[in-house]
Amino acid sequence: MKYIEEFQDPALAERLLDEIRAAVTRPWALMEVCGGQTHTIIRHGIDQLLPDEVELIHGPGCPVCVTPLEVIDKALEIASRPGVIFCSFGDMLRVPGTGRDLFQVRGEGGDVRVVYSPLDALRVAQQNPDREVVFFGIGFETTAPPNAMTVYQARRLGIPNFSLLVSHVRVPPAIEAIMRSPNCRVQAFLAAGHVCSVMGTDEYPGLAERYRVPIVVTGFEPLDILEGVRRTVLQLERGEHTVDNAYPRAVRPEGNPAARAMLADVFEVTDRAWRGIGVIPDSGWRLSSRYREYDAEHRFQVTGIDTREPAACRSGEVLQGLLKPHECEAFGTVCTPRTPLGATMVSSEGACAAYYLYRRLDLPAAVTRSPEGSPVV
Amino acid sequence: MGHGGGGALSAELVREVFAPAYGGPALSAMGDSAAVELGGARLAFSTDSFVVRPLFFPGGSIGDLAVNGTVNDLAMSGARPAYLSCGFILEEGVETEVVRRVAEALGAAARAAGVEVATGDTKVVEAGHGDGVFINTSGIGLIPRGVDLRPQRVVPGDVVIVSGPIGVHGVAIMSVREGLEFGVEIESDCAALAGLVEAMLAVTEDLHVLRDPTRGGLAAALNEIASASGAGVVVQERSVPVPAPVANACAVLGLDPMYVANEGKLVAFVPREHADAVLAAMRAHPLGREAAVIGEAVDSHPGMVVARTGLGGTRVVDLPLGEQLPRIC
Repeated sequence: MKYIEEFQDPALAERLLDEIRAAVTRPWALMEVCGGQTHTIIRHGIDQLLPDEVELIHGPGCPVCVTPLEVIDKALEIASRPGVIFCSFGDMLRVPGTGRDLFQVRGEGGDVRVVYSPLDALRVAQQNPDREVVFFGIGFETTAPPNAMTVYQARRLGIPNFSLLVSHVRVPPAIEAIMRSPNCRVQAFLAAGHVCSVMGTDEYPGLAERYRVPIVVTGFEPLDILEGVRRTVLQLERGEHTVDNAYPRAVRPEGNPAARAMLADVFEVTDRAWRGIGVIPDSGWRLSSRYREYDAEHRFQVTGIDTREPAACRSGEVLQGLLKPHECEAFGTVCTPRTPLGATMVSSEGACAAYYLYRRLDLPAAVTRSPEGSPVV
Repeated sequence: MGHGGGGALSAELVREVFAPAYGGPALSAMGDSAAVELGGARLAFSTDSFVVRPLFFPGGSIGDLAVNGTVNDLAMSGARPAYLSCGFILEEGVETEVVRRVAEALGAAARAAGVEVATGDTKVVEAGHGDGVFINTSGIGLIPRGVDLRPQRVVPGDVVIVSGPIGVHGVAIMSVREGLEFGVEIESDCAALAGLVEAMLAVTEDLHVLRDPTRGGLAAALNEIASASGAGVVVQERSVPVPAPVANACAVLGLDPMYVANEGKLVAFVPREHADAVLAAMRAHPLGREAAVIGEAVDSHPGMVVARTGLGGTRVVDLPLGEQLPRIC
């Protein structure tokens, strides 16, 4: 932790930028996969500092954004039931379902709690044996292992009133789907370092070879991003397409074997719908049949939900890198963090939220101050 | 309901519900305290309610907050705080010993701040209808002749000074409320700032505006001033003092220290010609030892706050919508 400052060192950043500028001879489009990386890029203004030839395209790696509306509606339905304590990480609470969000469910009397770890939710279950405690298990390979471990612990400790509402997704199939899209402009990927710290890098060489696309494993601090861009540009300029680990302080080729074993025990790979994108084969996890009793969808039998996506929301195109947030007609007008149409505007890792929060000054005149900018007592 | 977080939703509630219902010229200034004329004297008048959990935390308690919060609201108008009222709302079942400890902390904080608790009230609500102890305090103080602190006085060129490291109180509260361990204990910076303000006013009465960046943090305070004054504000991100434990805790939780609450800090907009002297006076005071210039008021992007990032980019620093929510990963 004490090294955070060093990974934001302006002199080192300038040196990396100089190397990138010196290397670039023509335009390149790189996709950063992870929403955390998008957040770093926009918050620190890295995209403003890169040479014009380097375009960063924001990828689908925001776990909140890609959670399907149907799953959020199921969460709202379960959280509304009497006797249920619904636990979630904080940033899911403002994500709009069809007509409302988890904050509104709480306002209507639902017991919705923010926790900092799935194990906290398990503790809530232990402390409330007469209630059903459900944890909203979303996210990529990064958050899946602790959620798997929590289910494993629930069984080991014999806690029957705990279950997981699962919507976990996997990155490599999403990269594959992006590269197969006929409109794809992506020429290289900055892979998500946290995901690789769990899964390792073994899943990527096949992708890099199949699509002749450089993949550089990249961390989340400003210097990590710049180093990732530098290595990617060097590969592109040389006509190479290999997997390069620019985040060795966290990522080993084999990943985290204990976490992978836990995933393999508790989850099984399944087709999964991504909000705004659609179903991607083999792109998700669900609880394996051995743990079916801990599956909230199985336990609560939520059916008959009428899910309606807002027609004006183009977050699917944003998530696939086909559209920049401010190119959407609704951006900053009908769609703001106060009145979000989609999760990309409400999630702290969402590309639309990052553009709205940090970049309004540089965007077209239509994007002006909304009621958010008014005085407070 | 996210309307208590000191962000955009709080502003909306005040603008759309309370202000139209109450009316009145003193309210319309929308400051932390109201400046009112009474019998030829200019008084600052303020009220605040305290619903913090837990009641005792590293570096303070709800009793300290109840005094310092109101004293600071008065001090931000340049007033010398004089008298406080104190209303306790107790939840049935709360132990008398807990109430005694809170009251003693409150009394000690009042003495330290040089104010007298002149009147009070106690109510008890049924178990389950409160959170142990709620406190409301109101305060009055005298605004010295010649002092006029209002955001409307901010002009481009004003220097923005913060009195010390930010984010400490919010992270201290989170560390105990959520049981998070950050490796080092972080104590709240809860303090009464009237003495520091007096030291600043001794250098020049011509301070333009003061604000204590409590809920919504430094970002909310700067946005309020930018919005009310019509000036733009530029902040040099690297100049903003953020203690390493706060930065690290925020990094873990996905929070931005600029939005984390403070309880013993102020931000000042000072005419450029007085900035060095005011900064020196602040640094000579125990509560301003680590005061720092963090930016300036500008005539570009009126009403907006923009940060120059450590790497040299720029970003908008917006008013937070409500409470900050920890990120998933």
